[in-house]
Amino acid sequence: MSILVIAEHDNTQVKGPTLVTVAAAKAIGGDINVLIAGSGCGAAAEAAAKIDGVSKVLVADNEAFAHHLAENMGALIAEIGKDYSHILAPTTTSGKNIMPRAAALLDVAQISDISGVVSEDTFERPIYAGNAIATVQSSDSIKVITVRGTAFDPVSAEGGSASVENLSNSTDLGLSKWDKEDIVKLERPELTAARIIISGGRGMQNGENFKLLESVADKLGAAIGASRAAVDAGFVPNDMQVGQTGKIVAPELYIAVGISGAIQHLAGMKDSKVIVAINKDEDAPIFQVADYGLVADLFKAVPEFDALLG
Amino acid sequence: MKVLVTAKRVVDYNVNVRVLSDGSGVDLNNVKMSVNPFDEIAIEEAVRLKEAGKATEVVVVSIGPKNAQEQIRTALALGADRGILVETDIEVQPLGIAKALKAIVEKESPQLIITGKQAIDGDNAQTGQMLAALCGYPQATFANKLDLGDDSATVTREIDGGLETITVKLPAVVTTDLRLNEPRYASLPNIMKAKKKPVDIYTPEDLGVDMTPRVKTLKVSPPPERKAGIIVGSVEELVDKLKNEAKVIG
Ligand SMILES: Cc1cc2nc3c(=O)[nH]c(=O)nc-3n(C[C@H](O)[C@H](O)[C@H](O)COP(=O)(O)OP(=O)(O)OC[C@H]3O[C@@H](n4cnc5c(N)ncnc54)[C@H](O)[C@@H]3O)c2cc1C
Ligand SMILES: Nc1ncnc2c1ncn2[C@@H]1O[C@H](COP(=O)(O)O)[C@@H](O)[C@H]1O
Repeated sequence: MSILVIAEHDNTQVKGPTLVTVAAAKAIGGDINVLIAGSGCGAAAEAAAKIDGVSKVLVADNEAFAHHLAENMGALIAEIGKDYSHILAPTTTSGKNIMPRAAALLDVAQISDISGVVSEDTFERPIYAGNAIATVQSSDSIKVITVRGTAFDPVSAEGGSASVENLSNSTDLGLSKWDKEDIVKLERPELTAARIIISGGRGMQNGENFKLLESVADKLGAAIGASRAAVDAGFVPNDMQVGQTGKIVAPELYIAVGISGAIQHLAGMKDSKVIVAINKDEDAPIFQVADYGLVADLFKAVPEFDALLG
Repeated sequence: MKVLVTAKRVVDYNVNVRVLSDGSGVDLNNVKMSVNPFDEIAIEEAVRLKEAGKATEVVVVSIGPKNAQEQIRTALALGADRGILVETDIEVQPLGIAKALKAIVEKESPQLIITGKQAIDGDNAQTGQMLAALCGYPQATFANKLDLGDDSATVTREIDGGLETITVKLPAVVTTDLRLNEPRYASLPNIMKAKKKPVDIYTPEDLGVDMTPRVKTLKVSPPPERKAGIIVGSVEELVDKLKNEAKVIG
């Protein structure tokens, strides 16, 4: 078996979800290659060559892949992927955008967001917002897969010594054009990488009140998350949404503040090791998954919590 | 220009689905079925384009069993002009659905196709991208804002880290994210009117598409359960538990 892992990177560094995806590739077993497609991505390729368990890094360094536009990336992956038994990418917005396109070009199904590997053709994946886990078997010759970021322990970013091969692929299909991006500046750990997360919901009332959570987050080295309701109301950016259709997280500690605990929110955080809920409604469903529940007004409880952290 | 939208029949988002004890699937008996929430957003966007004079006709497509007509009627009540049902009782999967949709696209020649980003039953998030690939069209997934021009569309997308804006040539496929718009409710008169709007029915054979599933579900199990937690009496107790029992903070 030969597995191609599509790396997520920013041209200089390989991002964390790639290491989780390589771990899933290892669980499948076989020769693991990594694709670095980008523009001026030599440093990322060098970093990828050091990833534990990778035998070869393929580099497609061309303007056509600068912003990972789906049309060019899908065509590239379908072209070089046809020689592999498995093609894997992380379940990030980029992986979700590109991989189904590559799968359709190869005329194979995609198995989305796997949380477990049973054998080379059989995988586990959550369905219905994580209310059920399906074990699915693929009959396709090439398995196109996206990998849930919380489901495998990342491999080490160091210790490997893969060969690096430069590809000449450079096709720009010219169907789409990248205009601009508006990336949220992070002063704190990224949600999917954080050991502790404190999230706020509609109960926070406005964006200004998220300062209460920021103060706690700074003391705990935590990331800040939110419910859909908080994002929809404009309290915080979309990037912070945790849930079925937002980010899936599983930190050691998840603190839900003023969040009711709708199925769609639970889908994104219920695999956290320890869950704390602060909510003034004792019947809020979030308490059913919380290890420690505190029935209280958050505007009183959060400042108190903050003060006790010193 | 003509706009095609998709509406999948799914278990309503408020239903807490249960896994059947024999592991064959989830219990769908007497469960409320609805239009996939992301597809409501797709329909709303298409109808707004029509109201703004940018779209001339909104055609809604669903693929599934006979009673998926209910979801097509909902879309018609929300303002779509005409419906198409591709009727099949087999388990539909994204690649097969994308092939059926491509056949409809070839018949209808829409300039814009709007699908949901994800169906909330299978949580696949594949169909729109696959359709775009099969048609050779560009795609703009997870749309948060759509500006439609004559031969291109500028779309702001929700991505990890924030937002990204791209411009795609038409025809194109757009998939909706939650904040693209807030869908309206159907009024009673519109529900009545929708009953008279035309719905064409095809089978996969009529369209010449092979929708045979490529992925077989071997079993469906409930997720691991969390053991019951406790309610603490005070913030002091909470901090003490986190430090000394759970040992997750220093
Ligand atoms: C297709 C679809 C996808 C979705 N995807 C997601 C998703 O990815 N993530 C997500 O989070 N949601 C998602 N949702 C939305 C979800 O169904 C809920 O609507 C949402 O999670 C509710 O957010 P909330 O808990 O902040 O708000 P609410 O449900 O309004 O809860 C607010 C809570 O705050 C408490 N509260 C209020 N004031 C105080 C106070 N002073 N002190 C303490 N507690 C207080 C209240 O008791 C209440 O429990 C999705 C919905 C759909 C239909
Ligand atoms: N059976 C179907 N009928 C109509 N539209 C569908 C169907 N399945 C998927 N779609 C569309 O594709 C989107 C993504 O679905 P999925 O790839 O299954 O997550 C949905 O939001 C729908 O808009």
